[in-house]
Amino acid sequence: MFALPFMRNAFLASTFIAITCGTVGVYVVARNFSFLAHTLSEIGFAGAAFAVWLGIDPLWGMLLFTLLGSISVGELSLHSEQKESSISAISALFIGLGVLFLAISGANSNYATNILFGSIIGVDRQGVIQLVGLSVIVLLLIFAIQRQLNFDSFDHIGALAHGVKTGVVSLIFLIALAMSVSVGAQIVGSLLVFILLTLPPATANYLGKTVGSMIAWSVFFALLGVWLGLYLGFITNLPVTFFIAVIEVFIYLVTYFTHLIRHNL
Amino acid sequence: MTDILEVNNLGMRFDKREVFTDLSFKLKAGSMTALLGPNGAGKTTLINILMKMLVPTSGTFRFAQGVRLGYVPQFRNIDAEYPLSIEAFIALNTPVIKTGKVKQAIKTQLEETNLYPIRNTRMGEASGGQKQRAYLAQALLDNPNVIILDEATASLDPVAKDELMSLIQHLNEKHQMTVLFVTHDVPLARKYMKDYLYLNNGTIEQGKMVQFEEAYE
Repeated sequence: MFALPFMRNAFLASTFIAITCGTVGVYVVARNFSFLAHTLSEIGFAGAAFAVWLGIDPLWGMLLFTLLGSISVGELSLHSEQKESSISAISALFIGLGVLFLAISGANSNYATNILFGSIIGVDRQGVIQLVGLSVIVLLLIFAIQRQLNFDSFDHIGALAHGVKTGVVSLIFLIALAMSVSVGAQIVGSLLVFILLTLPPATANYLGKTVGSMIAWSVFFALLGVWLGLYLGFITNLPVTFFIAVIEVFIYLVTYFTHLIRHNL
Repeated sequence: MTDILEVNNLGMRFDKREVFTDLSFKLKAGSMTALLGPNGAGKTTLINILMKMLVPTSGTFRFAQGVRLGYVPQFRNIDAEYPLSIEAFIALNTPVIKTGKVKQAIKTQLEETNLYPIRNTRMGEASGGQKQRAYLAQALLDNPNVIILDEATASLDPVAKDELMSLIQHLNEKHQMTVLFVTHDVPLARKYMKDYLYLNNGTIEQGKMVQFEEAYE
């Protein structure tokens, strides 16, 4: 399997993506941003379609849209009282735009499928370098603000009481989140990138008791999902995204029910 | 004893609602004061101003030099599914990479608040009293010499209330910590506090807790 260059690229890219999404995801879940991660995937789809229409690399269109979307939706969800309906309105608008850009760019439906459902097998050498670079930037961003981010995400009121600049922390995190959505979408597709950002950390919530151990569990499950998914995709020739989704859901459900049973005995 | 806080003619209004107009009082070092008053009198607003989380419309206040403030807010978002252990929750107020000195400080506060034996219990599964002591321990990590607690006993059963109040009394007596305790529980304040500040109808009164008039209750 590793004799094939595209499989080596796929494994390298997805390893970094899993580490990034697994780490960022812990904060997505702690900050109750799962809904936002979902919306950003849709905004990312529109961005990729926009890039296709312009004739540039879909990754850049995705980055542009998710960065703008993340900051505006993030601000909206922090300040608006109509949080859920305003986020729904924004996702509707962006999915509509995505469909429009795809239609007017004349791209074939295969291209749309790749954006929506991922195409890890198609990542080339240059693509790998981009994804690894972006992943490292995200991890450095998180690392730079980790103390404040931990405090604000796991105890917002306590952080405010201790004078943590929660607005700045939130902004930097939203940037990191937007970048993770863009890189994650390259492997599982924009429609399902929220899988990697929410399921491994949600599982980790039941297993870890410190921020560090939660990140370790979350990254572990994200890695398990993408590695196993790639392997199964390789031997069965079925979509990798399908396997990743099934594996992550399975792990989550097993942990969830184990937790329920333990606590009701 | 020296004053650690001096408040002069403090006023606060939100839009058209006047919360208070002209509050003046002082707090002495090592005092143990209950901030009393009915719901909506502006107790939390006053605390938020003192914590610099709100800017007053008029007036001034000044903490003495060398004052290190600790603050335990009224509400927290800790639900039953909250994952972090009591120790990890308290340690949120420390650097991510912990030196031996920081670890020792965390241990000291866990012991001080009687949480050391249950430090690995998840916060989501801790009782109301244990949570309140964890909030206090987190604030104590800043090594404050003045601590402000906002309605810390509001949702606790009588046993947990006494446990927390004894702890606060211990901090005051053994560590000479100045305590400002916001509450509307007059009997509890009478039992544990020495002085009172009574905030009502936009004015404030100060006195000894034993002389606090029944008429206010």
